[in-house]
Amino acid sequence: MNAARPEHLTKTLRGEPVTLLEAVSEALFEEMERDDRVFLMGEDIGVYGGAFKVTRGFLDHFGERRVIDTPIAEGGFTGAAAGAAHMGLRPVVEIQFMDFVSPAYDVITNYIATSRYRGAGPLPLVIRGPVGGGNRGGPFHSQNVEMAFFHTPGLKIVYPSTPYDAKGLLKSAIRDDDPVLFEEHKGLYRAPALREVLPDEDYVVPLGKARTVRQGTDVTIVTYGAMVHRSSDAAAILETEDGVSVEIVDLRTLLPLDDEAIVASVKRTGRLLVVHEDTRTGGIAGEIAMRVSEQAFEWLDAPMLRVTAIDAPVPYSGSLEDYFLPQVSDIVTAARYLAAY
Amino acid sequence: MVHTLSGRLRPTDLLEFHRLMVRTRVAEERVELLQKQGHPVGALYRSLGQEAGAVGAAMALRRRADGSGDVLAPSLRAAGAMFAFGATLEDYFRQYLGRSTGPTRGRESDLHWGDPERGILASVTPLGLMLEVMAGVALTFRLSDEDRVALVFHGDGATSTGAWHEGLSFAAAQRCPMVLVVEHNQFAFGTSTEKNTRLRSFTEKAEGYGIQAQEVDGTDVLQVLDAVHAAARRARMGEGVQMVELRYFRRRGHAQHDAQEYVDPAVLAEWEARDPVLRYRTWLLEQGHASEEMLAAVVAEETKDCEVAAERALAESVPQGSDALSEVTSDPSPLPPWTRRIPPDPRTV
Repeated sequence: MNAARPEHLTKTLRGEPVTLLEAVSEALFEEMERDDRVFLMGEDIGVYGGAFKVTRGFLDHFGERRVIDTPIAEGGFTGAAAGAAHMGLRPVVEIQFMDFVSPAYDVITNYIATSRYRGAGPLPLVIRGPVGGGNRGGPFHSQNVEMAFFHTPGLKIVYPSTPYDAKGLLKSAIRDDDPVLFEEHKGLYRAPALREVLPDEDYVVPLGKARTVRQGTDVTIVTYGAMVHRSSDAAAILETEDGVSVEIVDLRTLLPLDDEAIVASVKRTGRLLVVHEDTRTGGIAGEIAMRVSEQAFEWLDAPMLRVTAIDAPVPYSGSLEDYFLPQVSDIVTAARYLAAY
Repeated sequence: MVHTLSGRLRPTDLLEFHRLMVRTRVAEERVELLQKQGHPVGALYRSLGQEAGAVGAAMALRRRADGSGDVLAPSLRAAGAMFAFGATLEDYFRQYLGRSTGPTRGRESDLHWGDPERGILASVTPLGLMLEVMAGVALTFRLSDEDRVALVFHGDGATSTGAWHEGLSFAAAQRCPMVLVVEHNQFAFGTSTEKNTRLRSFTEKAEGYGIQAQEVDGTDVLQVLDAVHAAARRARMGEGVQMVELRYFRRRGHAQHDAQEYVDPAVLAEWEARDPVLRYRTWLLEQGHASEEMLAAVVAEETKDCEVAAERALAESVPQGSDALSEVTSDPSPLPPWTRRIPPDPRTV
């Protein structure tokens, strides 16, 4: 094991901007330095450094007791993470692509999520991995998996949109006493435009708190992940071309939902558009709309609308995937409709 | 016999095996009685004929009350293992009766409860999951250089699941100090083992994972003890996962609802003749380790203890319904549904 921090993980220390992927790496590294109960398991995370190189250099630094290359058995090693958490460790498992979390669905929903409630004890662990489309990855390397787990009491689900949030939220997730599913959009991993200089100090972003990306008065867009940036692009167009003032709420944590932030914004604007990259039916927009109906019905001046991916598996070919995914133009069209309603 | 654990046991130790098997049997009979009396008890998965397997396996481990011993995950037919690890009759009946004082505060049923300080992890229904979880328990012991093992019970039906395979793949590759007990009791619910697998013995599966395995007569408590003790010892010495297959017969249906009409009465009679409690009792008498009076007294004491524990649990409260809201996560409990608040206020849904 080497004592020195690997060169590529010192950007924040040197005051250089980092990508979202680098922010995730820094969070993992710093949490492992801070707390020796934290350890990693996953496929190809050690010798290879992870499919996306999130854990490059970790094996040399922390050794094979804390960076464990596993067989291709997501259920096996996610379940093992639960066992380790029972024994006082704080495991972080990487699902190579979150599409592959399905074999672990059984242990996550039936075992991990219910443990505290059953009196079997809290299970502080994080299940993290890349999600999302736009990379021509096809049906099995592009999915968003949040809604497969959203319906499971006992879990928390986090989905950052910026390097700052990714680092602060991942640290919170690792320190949290509940099991957390942590989704990292692979389209944001290395996006140059998102690079930012992070505080050269230990900071966290609390779970369960949304962030107002931009303030506005006419339409509220509630969104998360990669769609935060598409919504921001749409908001800029709406402002210059239409004079429509858009407020954007980045959920950051999907479970539990920050009702307060959503409702407060809708009460200011009277119009709600939910934008998510996940598919439409059973997407989080339905739940958000119901909560707004329950808590802010009288403040609404227009129907609640959503812009989402279409209900289909994620297609491979570029023309198909672009059609499948929500585009800036879709968001502009929907917001215009709402503003004019 | 001197090289085995059983060969080194004192007469008082030998009697403890008898007591634990008797406790298992009379406790289950008491649950049946409670149900006949009209008390809701949930599902009861009898371990009739399998008591020696559960007791023998658990007694082979290091049992501590301070969270420093070996850890086991029982199956739903391993009550004897829980008793061997110090689980109390009070908690046993509180759990069946869904009491607020019980180990899961009425949130779970049957044997799905644990006692972490005593090394019992609460199991769950979906089969194979406990193998995945116990792989992680055992992994922790190896990572932290602790001289402890994790033992998981699974029926033979569980060996067909993907979770069992994934958990074992991981545990074997990681050389986890784990003992995997396969309770080969001839049935998975209402389907016979021969319809579920082409294997004659589950030790054949072990070969596929590169782990050691041994098959023993699950009706012989000391044979089980010695096999599991040797397996645990190999696991402690760094030899990785060990499998012990218990051969016996489930002499009752899957649960109360199952009259076991699919079982040949002649076969059942054969296994009744090999009853583990009677068999051990006879051996104790033949060896001069106990007298008829001593053994009869154990049955009387255990029966009385079960009666007292059950009565006590019956006298205790059931949970407040609203307790269902608490401890879902570490966050504060949510408000009750608005229709449960008086007066219902539509503005605070």
